[in-house]
This record gives sequence, structure tokens and C-alpha cells, in this order.
Amino acid sequence: MSEEIRVTVAADADTVVARQKGRELALRLGFTRTDATFIATAISEIGRNIWTHAGEGEIVLCGLSEDGREGIIVIARDKGPGIADVDAVMRDQLSSDKGLGMGLWGARKLMDEVTIVSERGKGTTVTMKKWRGFAFDEVRQLLGEGGAEQRAPRLGLRIDVSNVAEALEQLEDTPRR
Amino acid sequence: MPVSILKQRHYLIASVQSALTDTEVLELRDALLAELAKHRSRGIIIDVAALDVIDSFVSRSLTTVARTGTLRGARTVIVGIQPEVAVAMSHFGLGLEAVDTALDLEAGIELLDR
Repeated sequence: MSEEIRVTVAADADTVVARQKGRELALRLGFTRTDATFIATAISEIGRNIWTHAGEGEIVLCGLSEDGREGIIVIARDKGPGIADVDAVMRDQLSSDKGLGMGLWGARKLMDEVTIVSERGKGTTVTMKKWRGFAFDEVRQLLGEGGAEQRAPRLGLRIDVSNVAEALEQLEDTPRR
Repeated sequence: MPVSILKQRHYLIASVQSALTDTEVLELRDALLAELAKHRSRGIIIDVAALDVIDSFVSRSLTTVARTGTLRGARTVIVGIQPEVAVAMSHFGLGLEAVDTALDLEAGIELLDR
């Protein structure tokens, strides 16, 4: 774990601070601007759930290094009323675009891994991870001049394309393994 | 509120100056709808180039402005959505229903003039 950033969340302005710090950290960790925006957006959603449903809580941001992968971890914690049935909240999102479910659902779309632990009366902890994709230069170096199909398996990737440009495009979206 | 709202001909032009809190997003929504009634504007342009994030709340608020505007005979155009923000919105599945979009302020005015 690298530096840890903590933001107390008790009002809407705090989630703006949290998402800005999240974006800054993501960029420092080598995430693309697009991925940094994904992370900031997920923090914005999850942060809103804290102050609207629990009143107060905190968001912890940290760099992550696991099995040779680099990423970011965002932990949102509160001691609020908790969610009785997380699955039901997620299902509710399908019929309504408001409230708790929307934030969690959005976070799942934007991050690679989202786990929700909640207990009635004790609070909720949402843990979100996102892995850094290959940087463009890194990919170009690994693939070299052509031969993407031969080299890709060495990176743990299955790629069936005839040109490097297409491979690069696919790789940009592939989490590091 | 870090947003300026100007009246130009029949249009209202709102320029967001920085990241907005949820409260400020609601203030913007209410201020636009109040100005719309006051000036009987025919179009609203909201420049969101300075917005770092457009999440479910912001997108819902913008849609509300546009829908209410439509009921009052005004068309809403959102301009300047940052490329990264646009990608995040599409990944999230956030659309802007009933809202027109344009690249920048000039293109937005052109769209309303049509």
C-alpha cells in the first residue's frame, strides 16, 4: 500500500474534495485521464450515499499493488443505518433512477471490483478497486513492430487481430494481469 | 454559486466556472428555471466544460431543466462536455433525455438559431 488519503464526508462539498483527491491520486498512479474520471465519478456516487443516508462517514483512497497488477482502492465507510438487503437495493435501481441503488449500480459499472458489506444499524462499507490498464508506450514496447498475435499471449492476453493498432486499442481497455 | 447566467437575445447562457456540489447543482437548476420564467427565454445553453464529473445526480438535474424548459417552450442545449466525462457517462449508461448537446457555446447557439 502506498500513501493513504482520508477524507471525512459529512456534506456534499466533502464528496467534491474526495473525488478531486481521487482523480489526483489516480493520475499520480498512472491511470489515464478517462480512467481517473471513471474513478472520480464512482467516488461522487458513493460519497453522496454516505452523507444522504448515513450523515457522516469517510472515504479512504490508496494505491494498490496485487499479483503484479497496479491499481487504486477506494473505501467508503459509514456507521449509518446500513442496508438490509443489498441485492434488493441493486434491483430497485432497475425501476427507479434515484437513491442508494443508482450510486452503487453506477460504481459497479465504472470500477473493476465493488464489494458492499452492510449490517442493519451498524453501517456500510463499500470497497472499490480499479486496475490500471497498460500505458500506450508500455504496450507499444511490449508488442514491438508487429507480431501482436504472437506476443499477446505472453502478456496473458488473447488477441485475434491482424494489426497492431487494433491490438493497442483492445489493450488500452484491458486491466493489467 | 460558481455559475454565471447571462441573457443573450432570447436565450439564457449558463457558464459553470468550476466543480459543483449537489447543492450548487440544485441552485443552478432553480436559478435557470426562475430566469426562464422571468425573461420568457426560448432557449437555454449550459456550458459544462468546467465540470469534472457528470454523475447520476448532475445528469438528472440537467434533464429536469430540459424537461421543464420544454414545457415552457424553451429548448435546452448542453455544451462542452469533456471527452473523458462523456466516456464515463456512456459507460455508466447515463443519457441526457430531452437534452440537445453541442461541442461548444458557438455550436450551441447555432443549434438554437436553426
